[in-house]
Formats: sequence, C-alpha cells, structure tokens
Amino acid sequence: MSTAGAPLLEAEGLTLRFGAIPALEEVALSIWPGEVVAIVGESGSGKTTLLRVLSGLVRPERGTVRYHGADGAVRDVHGMAESRRRLLHRTEWGFVHQNPRDGLRMGVSAGGNVGERLMAVGARHYGSIRAEAAAWLRRVEIDPARMDEVPTRFSGGMQQRLQIARTLVTRPRLVFMDEPTGGLDVSVQARLLDMLRGLVADLDLAVLIVTHDIAAARLLAHRMLVMRHGRVVEQGLTDRVLDDPQHPYTQLLVSSVLAA
Amino acid sequence: MRYAIRTEGLSKSFTLHLQGGVTLPVLHDVELAVAPGECVALAGPSGAGKSTLMRCLYGNYGAGKGRILLRHGETEIDLAAADARVMRAVRRDTLGYVSQFLRVIPRVATLDIVAEPLLARGVALEAARDRATSLLARLNLPAKLHGLPPATFSGGEQQRVNLARGFAPRYPVLLLDEPTASLDAANRAVVIGLVEEAKRAGTAIIGIFHDAEVRERVADRLFEVHPIPAAA
Ligand SMILES: Nc1ncnc2c1ncn2[C@@H]1O[C@H](COP(=O)(O)OP(=O)(O)O)[C@@H](O)[C@H]1O
Ligand SMILES: Nc1ncnc2c1ncn2[C@@H]1O[C@H](COP(=O)(O)OP(=O)(O)O)[C@@H](O)[C@H]1O
Ligand SMILES: [Mg+2]
Ligand SMILES: [Mg+2]
Repeated sequence: MSTAGAPLLEAEGLTLRFGAIPALEEVALSIWPGEVVAIVGESGSGKTTLLRVLSGLVRPERGTVRYHGADGAVRDVHGMAESRRRLLHRTEWGFVHQNPRDGLRMGVSAGGNVGERLMAVGARHYGSIRAEAAAWLRRVEIDPARMDEVPTRFSGGMQQRLQIARTLVTRPRLVFMDEPTGGLDVSVQARLLDMLRGLVADLDLAVLIVTHDIAAARLLAHRMLVMRHGRVVEQGLTDRVLDDPQHPYTQLLVSSVLAA
Repeated sequence: MRYAIRTEGLSKSFTLHLQGGVTLPVLHDVELAVAPGECVALAGPSGAGKSTLMRCLYGNYGAGKGRILLRHGETEIDLAAADARVMRAVRRDTLGYVSQFLRVIPRVATLDIVAEPLLARGVALEAARDRATSLLARLNLPAKLHGLPPATFSGGEQQRVNLARGFAPRYPVLLLDEPTASLDAANRAVVIGLVEEAKRAGTAIIGIFHDAEVRERVADRLFEVHPIPAAA
C-alpha cells in the first residue's frame, strides 16, 4: 500500500444507456495496486455494466478507461486492439463471474480448466502444468484426486472455487469479481469469503468486487463505492462509508443491514 | 508545542436523511493538540461527542469542517482532507485506535487478529506472533484462547484482544475509547502499565476513561468536550 506510484486502472466520465435506462452516468474511479475496492448498490444500479465497461467487454457511449500495464505503458482500454485486450484478460487481468458457468469450461476437467490458462500464457511442460493445477486445486480446497472430473459434477461452491483457481493461476495484477458469492448458501459463502480474503492478501491482488453483501464488503474491501441508478453516489474508506454515510441512499442501505 | 496530532476548528454534524433530514451538530470548533509522550483524557457528559471526536481523528467519521494535522513519518498530513489511500497508510504506520467494542473478523484466530497490524507493517510472522502472544499473556488472556476466534469470548476478553491489537504495533499516536470499561482491577492495572510504557516510548495518547482512578493515573490533562446546546 504505497501512496506513491500510479493507479492500475483509471476511468472517467463513463456513460452508457440501454434505451431510456441510464446504466452508467458519468462514473469515475481508479484502483491502485494492492487495493480491494467494493462496488455496492441495489440490483439494476449498473454494477455489472461498470465491471464490463472497465474490463473492456462493453464499450461506453462516453468516457475513457486507462490501464497502466506491467510494462509501464498506459493504454486506453477501449482504444486498444481486440487482440491486446484478449491478451490482458489472459495475463494481467482476471474476471470471476457470478455464475461459475460463465467463467469455466464445463466440458473440460477441473485440472484442464486451470491448466488451460497456464498454457494460454505459454506453459508447455505437461507434468509441471498438471502439478501446478493440482497445487491450485488444493489451495482452493478441492481434492486434487478430483482433477480429472468435469465441473458439472461439482457443487456450486466448488465450481466457484474452481473458477477462482482458474482465474488466479496466472497471477493477474487486477481481478474483477461480480458477486462471487452470489448464488451460494450462506455457510458456503462464508467459506468462500475466508478463502478470498486469504488469497487477496497472499497474492497482493488489486480487486474490484461487486457485492450486495455489506458485511462481506466490510471484511474484504479497503474502499467502497455506492452506486444508484448508474451513478456513484458515495465513495471512500469502507468503514467511513458504512459508519458515517452521507448520501440518503447509503444511509438507507446501511440502516437495512444488521450490525454489518 | 511540538505536537503529534492537532485539530484546528474541527466541527462535525450528522444529517439524518431517513429522519426527515434533521441535522445534529456534535462538535464545534474543537482545538486539541497532543504532544508525543503525552496522554490527554477527553472529558464531558455522555453524548457530548467524545467518541465522535475520536472517530473523526481516526477517519472513521468524516470531519465536517476544520483540519486534523498529524505527524506521519517526516510529513504533516491534514487527515480531514486525506483520501482513502493516505488514510490507510496513516493507520498502518502512525495512528492506532482501540474502539469501545472489538469488531471481530469472523473465523480468524485471536493470535492472528493481534498479529495482523504487525504483519501489515512488514514484521516477520514469527516475531509478530511472539509479540502478540506476550501481549495477550500480559493481559491475562489464557493461552488456550489464543488459537480461537474471539466471537464467543466475554466482553472483557474481547476488550483485551482489542487492546493487545492496539498496543502491538507501538503507533506514534494511539486513541483509546473506554479501554477498561469491562475489565477487572488486575487487568485495569495492566492497561495502566501499557499506557505508561507507551508514553515513555513517546506515544501521544488520547483516551476516554470512564474510570476515574485509571484516568488520574495515566492522563496528563483533561480536554473538555462540550455538548452543543440544542438549537432554539
Ligand atoms: N445488455 C443489456 N440490454 C439492455 N439493458 C441492460 C443490458 N445490461 C444491463 N441492462 C440494464 O442496465 C441496468 C444496469 O444493469 P446491471 O449493470 O446488470 O446492474 P446490476 O449489476 O447493478 O444489477 C439495468 O436496468 C439493466 O436491466
Ligand atoms: N454515526 C452517527 N450518526 C448519527 N449520530 C451519531 C453518530 N455517531 C454519534 N452520533 C451522535 O453524536 C452524539 C455524540 O455521541 P458520542 O460521540 O458517542 O458521545 P460520547 O462518546 O461523548 O458519549 C450523540 O448524540 C450520538 O447519538
Ligand atoms: Mg449484476
Ligand atoms: Mg463514547
């Protein structure tokens, strides 16, 4: 957490409408190395759209997203060639989808799901790819004895942990997560959260995480953004936003949570 | 005076949008300065704003008006205007806060909760655990509890975990909100010892001490927080 240096990602003036619906209105944000930033807000407030625009999957009508690459170059995410954006998604970035089916290849074995990402960044030696895949399965508490099974046979929580292993195996610098604990049972959510907290700290990741779980945001995030109707209505240090909320919507959000 | 932390015209009010937008003024033009090695006790009736002042200093509440000047390493920072990243660095290196109630991190062992701020500063794991263990032992928390998450501990046990965590890093500035409220006499004496030691090491301490005996032992002076009279 150095206060010098440059942000990894900087966005300004992001605006996008779907018909009459303002999905994003003049959104600005930045994220710095090692920072965990939570994006909270009611359903339909534009959180998923924001992640997709930031990661270059969807183009905004207006606004810019700049990424400071590991090579030191600053690039416009929506101005770069599609091939470079794909390369970023394979190497320096990771994306954990709410539904593990969107991030996994369901017809490929668990080990293959993890190993494939390594091969995409140039790993060639079968034995070491398999060994690293097994190590990552262990790290996300999946028995490596099950590495040859396809994820359709796994529980929802296991699938999500597999998606996380697949995403982190290439050591991305910046990870986008969209409600990673969303569809899971409460007890499974807790375990996944513990795991994410450990991984984020160990790997010193920068994470932009969308969640509607205020308690999870309090535990994981250094900083928080509150969205409503496509706008960021409040942002700041997580504990300040939650303990001294300024915006009427944030006050409502906080008051509806028990002792977050 | 050479100060470690100082406020200038610090004011704070709360606007309750869910209560029809009523505004509660709490702090008005607070001027407080604390030197290294000094312990200042905040005084004033319940509801006067002592905890609010402390939370503003820590950045947990936003300052409404004024400045909060802190010596942070070789620099002086206005915390009232600092962004979240600067605030995080300040909390890691300079400013500690023992809140009235421990906010437990679920499923994390007591020892790790206490060691965590040391690890964040780059202290090696073993050294961090050693310091955590010795502080917990000094605060009479039985060794068999060190490996357990404090969620199920008694109020007094949780408070001692919170104190160990706050004293572990030896911050240059330490804020203590009713640190002895649920402690017995023996543990109150331990806290008095910890505060005296920190002062000798140059820590500036701001405390809210409900216990007059503790306050008299550790505080160099009182700072009165005046309740703002209700608007006519
Ligand atoms: N591809 C799309 N086509 C039309 N409307 C969309 C599309 N994606 C999102 N929206 C609308 O944009 C708004 C924001 O959606 P979304 O970003 O998914 O919100 P959130 O993730 O906060 O629930 C919603 O009103 C949603 O219905
Ligand atoms: N987050 C908050 N939102 C609204 N009002 C608050 C908040 N925190 C404190 N207050 C109010 O500020 C006043 C001062 O409280 P506090 O600082 O806890 O007093 P003390 O610590 O001196 O007993 C009280 O009226 C309290 O209700
Ligand atoms: Mg969504
Ligand atoms: Mg108080």
